[in-house]
Amino acid sequence: MLQISFILCRCKRSGRCDNGEDTLENSRTMKDLKDVLIIEPPRKFSLNLTEIWQYRELFYFFTWRDVKVKYKQTALGVVWVVMQPLLMVVIFTLFFGRTLKINTAPLPYPLFVFSGLLLWNFFSSSIITAGNSMLNNASIIKKIYFPRIIIPTSSLLVSFIDLSIAFVVFLGMLMYYAVDVSLLSMLIFWPLALLITVIGTLGLGSLLSALTVKYRDFRYVVPFGLQLALFVSPVIYPATVTGHAWVGYCLAVNPMYAAITLFRAGLMPMTFDMPLLFISMVSTVIFLMLGLYYFRRTEAYFADIA
Amino acid sequence: MKSILDIEHISKLFLISHQGLPYLSLRERLTGLLRGREKQEPFWALQDISFSVAPGESLGIIGKNGAGKSTLLKILSRITTPTSGRIVSRGRIASLLEVGTGFHLELTGRENIYMNGSILGMRRAEIAASFDQIVDFSGVENFLDTPIKHYSSGMQLRLAFAVAAHLEPEILIIDEVLAVGDAEFQKKCLKKMEDVAGQGRTILFVSHNMDAVTSLCKKGVFLKQGRVEGYGDIHEIVRDYYDETHHNSMTLEKGAVRAIGIVQQDDKLVLSVSYEHDAVIDFPNLGFSIRDMFGHPLAGTNPMKSQVDMRPYKPARAGHIEVVISSPKLMEGTYQLYVWFGDSRRNFFETKDPILFQVTKMSTGQGRNAKLDGYIIPECQWNFF
Repeated sequence: MLQISFILCRCKRSGRCDNGEDTLENSRTMKDLKDVLIIEPPRKFSLNLTEIWQYRELFYFFTWRDVKVKYKQTALGVVWVVMQPLLMVVIFTLFFGRTLKINTAPLPYPLFVFSGLLLWNFFSSSIITAGNSMLNNASIIKKIYFPRIIIPTSSLLVSFIDLSIAFVVFLGMLMYYAVDVSLLSMLIFWPLALLITVIGTLGLGSLLSALTVKYRDFRYVVPFGLQLALFVSPVIYPATVTGHAWVGYCLAVNPMYAAITLFRAGLMPMTFDMPLLFISMVSTVIFLMLGLYYFRRTEAYFADIA
Repeated sequence: MKSILDIEHISKLFLISHQGLPYLSLRERLTGLLRGREKQEPFWALQDISFSVAPGESLGIIGKNGAGKSTLLKILSRITTPTSGRIVSRGRIASLLEVGTGFHLELTGRENIYMNGSILGMRRAEIAASFDQIVDFSGVENFLDTPIKHYSSGMQLRLAFAVAAHLEPEILIIDEVLAVGDAEFQKKCLKKMEDVAGQGRTILFVSHNMDAVTSLCKKGVFLKQGRVEGYGDIHEIVRDYYDETHHNSMTLEKGAVRAIGIVQQDDKLVLSVSYEHDAVIDFPNLGFSIRDMFGHPLAGTNPMKSQVDMRPYKPARAGHIEVVISSPKLMEGTYQLYVWFGDSRRNFFETKDPILFQVTKMSTGQGRNAKLDGYIIPECQWNFF
């Protein structure tokens, strides 16, 4: 009896059975083996990128939903995306450019401040929506499983669409002012600046979204912190105006320091403060690691406490 | 045959903090550092749950409220993680824990089908392929491009169920979705689930409706206080469950209400309740609700609502209340009774789990074998001209 079942086993494994049912059974087990899913208590830290890849369509759907809903009931719709940075540029130009006469040569002040606001607005709107994203989607989190990191990440994608539209406006303004720029430096520095922005935003955004689930205080801390951060980032003034060296070091912990500095390097020749740039880039990577680590460590409990 | 789902020694521990809120404010965390950790009470929602499910099997999971059914389903659908143990699944799992997850009111019906489908784990191509069927099943084709905030709740529900019903996972988890919607739609849903079960899909079905469980499932698991109390043939499991539940009566050791009983006397139902309170009650107020096995209320009232004259009653600490319910007349079947007791201002008692009771031949109006619509026997005079 034992022997027979053993033979059957071998037969199944080698797949040489001519019995139709057995072959079906065989193909089924083969397929099943690929699909085996093991549910266990959370253990070692892992990013689980393969799983995120399996769920890639959800990035699209969450982003698509948020974009649709964002502009669905607004009378002006996409016009807001253009208006918002333009109005900020006008106001900053009037108050800081004209009144305080901040020297940003060779760039005209409006271009200078727009180049900073472009990345800054992406950063700040992503951080605010990412921070609240887990709570806003709590009803889904409590009922369906998918890699949770998709939610704060798609907040970035939504803001990225705004960024692209604002970027087109920026290019138009660049042509209007007829600024002499080198194409080469644009191609080198702009992608680099964008990369740093995305890494820093993703890191900080996922960190804050996880923290907000646990400590609701962050819902109030984040918008306030961002307001302060606008003034300690080189958005409306050049980084060179900070007096003391140690002030510079503190401000460079901000990922947006490197991002905005490099973005402007695509527009005008400038000398870099290498140590500061280095600090900023290292801190960007640290934010990313810290954010993803904390998010992955706590996501298992989101459904219990969201 | 190799099982498709193995549940091995699953346990889940919750730490219940007495402050009530599971999330903290930073201030609490900071003051907590100084004062030492707050005491948290451990609560085992599930303890050492093990069973296997064979491919194509439909398994009913039954148990009272708080027995751990929902926690088990949440672990299976990976919404929350187990504290110990493991589950091996050899197929794609999808859950209908609540239909309509991810519906957004501002989006149109069409957009929500795509959004909801993808959240439930369907690929875009799969949704597109079954799009027409989904629309057909839901019956909302005329409103596809209307934001669903303009839908009636019934339409939203039909659309949501239609999407969920067209999922094609190897293992489908269903939790009480039947408890919603009108009778016709419920029938449609049950039919759909029977089809799904007939296709050789593996189903885990959680419900309080024993009729639905027995018609859909061959095997069952009976959970009690986080443990497996019974596993096997669904009819035996349902019998075990019924033995555990209160039939016709319930006695309590403490609390304001000490005994509740309901019996059928000819064509009337008689509900009797004994109460004993630590203070004198001026105005005892007893409310009852009769529900179907889905939990839908059928009839219910209390002396305040019925404007009963309470003058003959002398205020007392303890007493006995008898309610003779002569109308409505109910169809044959099993019903749930919920009771509430209080005075004009306060609640003293409320049943958590229903008391079940049977009704047989309440009226001659119900013909033999004739399964009439609904639960209430209509009394009418027929005139043919």
